[in-house]
Amino acid sequence: MAELTARSDPRAAELDVAAIKRDFPVLAERFRGRRLVYLDSAASAQHPLPVLRAQEHYYEHAHANVHRGVYALAERADQLYERARLTVGRFIGAPDPAREVVFTKNATEGLNLVAQAWGRRHLRPGDVVVVTELEHHANLVPWLMLAEERQLELRWLEIDEGFRLDLSRLTEVLRGARVLAISAMSNVLGTMPPVAELAEAAHRAGALVVVDGAQLVPHQPVDVGSLGADFLAFSGHKMCGPTGIGVLWGRAELLAATPPFLGGGGMIKDVRRDGFVPDDPPQRFEAGTPPIAEAVGLAAAIEYLQGIGLDRIAAHEHHLTAYALERLQQRFGRDLVIHGPREPEARGAVLSLAYRDVHPHDLAQVLDQAGVCVRAGHHCAKPLMRRLGVAATARASFYLYNDEDDVEALADALASAGSLFG
Amino acid sequence: MNDLEDLYREIILDHYRNPRQRGELPTPPATRAEGFNPLCGDEVVVFLQVEGDRLVDIRISGQGCSISQSSASLMAAAVKGKSLPEVRRLIATFKAMMSVHGTALGSDADGEEPSGEAEDASGIVPVDLDSLGELAALQGVVKFPVRIKCATLSWNTLAQGLDELAAAR
Repeated sequence: MAELTARSDPRAAELDVAAIKRDFPVLAERFRGRRLVYLDSAASAQHPLPVLRAQEHYYEHAHANVHRGVYALAERADQLYERARLTVGRFIGAPDPAREVVFTKNATEGLNLVAQAWGRRHLRPGDVVVVTELEHHANLVPWLMLAEERQLELRWLEIDEGFRLDLSRLTEVLRGARVLAISAMSNVLGTMPPVAELAEAAHRAGALVVVDGAQLVPHQPVDVGSLGADFLAFSGHKMCGPTGIGVLWGRAELLAATPPFLGGGGMIKDVRRDGFVPDDPPQRFEAGTPPIAEAVGLAAAIEYLQGIGLDRIAAHEHHLTAYALERLQQRFGRDLVIHGPREPEARGAVLSLAYRDVHPHDLAQVLDQAGVCVRAGHHCAKPLMRRLGVAATARASFYLYNDEDDVEALADALASAGSLFG
Repeated sequence: MNDLEDLYREIILDHYRNPRQRGELPTPPATRAEGFNPLCGDEVVVFLQVEGDRLVDIRISGQGCSISQSSASLMAAAVKGKSLPEVRRLIATFKAMMSVHGTALGSDADGEEPSGEAEDASGIVPVDLDSLGELAALQGVVKFPVRIKCATLSWNTLAQGLDELAAAR
């Protein structure tokens, strides 16, 4: 496994990316004789061996359905599943991990749970929900759905010229609001809004704060307390964990006041012919057999990331983003537009690119020939794309296993796109 | 780079850079149909001017990648002036070309089928590449399954417009 160095000052220690790359089997794959340059971790990250091994081990030695199995094997499964919940909870600084961490399918399901279960119970016609222009559809469409059903008023926090949230009208926008739904990091621009500051203002206005942490949680230390979140949703597969599992953290008293989302086995205390009594959180929100192996894999992913250090991962990505911004600018000048904050310290490791007038799809296709994986499209953020005045962008995103060579590969591939579409 | 050169043939890049039949037609009398590729946000708008049994004029607007835009341009140049049955036949032939390497990836995936064209029992329309003329340049797209939707976007939109027109008559 990747070596740990210089524990005393995590920010000063550089990651041994070569060693980290060796932990990820897929990065050794070759396409058309070229190494894989994976720059699409914002869509989904790759998996290190410990995560793959943990899931394999679970299936080989510990699989049974969770809850209520009395035999020793089922007890093993139970323990691993509940231990995973505690690992996740501690990872985000949850005050009460056993009660506050709900396993979902992904961040999207977590956010839908908040809107459809908490929102439908507690919001009334005319209530105000504040969303931002940075939102992924996952933290937007559930609120649009509820707004339509419940005649809610949706208010928008917009971005300014520097691709950051314009907070000049914050007090006005938040006045009387019940919910602030906000992404902690834009999956298109990399913008990281000052969530803690916004949460404080939202709380003063009497609003709950629902944070989409899908892009932030994998990349830097997150503590729900200092973030000021009331709900926080994120996905396992964006942080080196398996697909099919996500997390919704909610403050214990809020989850207790939230009715069930999906009904079925595992979420009730009692069922009669004329009704049912739901179980307590988090089981109340985990109807049916949950993603057990995926929870085990997610816990292994968290332990892997913690073994390297989220501080160091954040510092590494910050360095790489600064390097890429400077290097690409230097090499392509005005031919390349990068949508997003100029200052590396104000952004995550996501670069939305526009290269001359080459369409992002064509750009991604040409980059693929060089083994460079980027995503082209609207990135499930259509209101933001409209604001940027583009239909699509090509997006490169970095994670702990990327290095300067990957940035150079991206730059070389961009140059070849230039010559094809010249 | 062979596959890529096959995808981005000179004729495709030419139609991308200099799209034919670009623009709009007044509606009415023209019919307007709109198609989206929800995956990438590409959109195409097709304006059809039909007189009697003939597509006398066609214009294309919208935005998208080189494949979707060149396919629309090639399509417009190919169908203008043709009779409606000929246009339908061309749509079917083109879509068959887009699915010869897989099991109808292009047509299955994009949901909106042109109606009224007979397929044989196996569901495969025999492809007569000669009848496609310049359109055959797009056959390299089938090696890139994700891009098939780009190539078929304007064709599905055209078929949709013809369907709407037929329904309105």
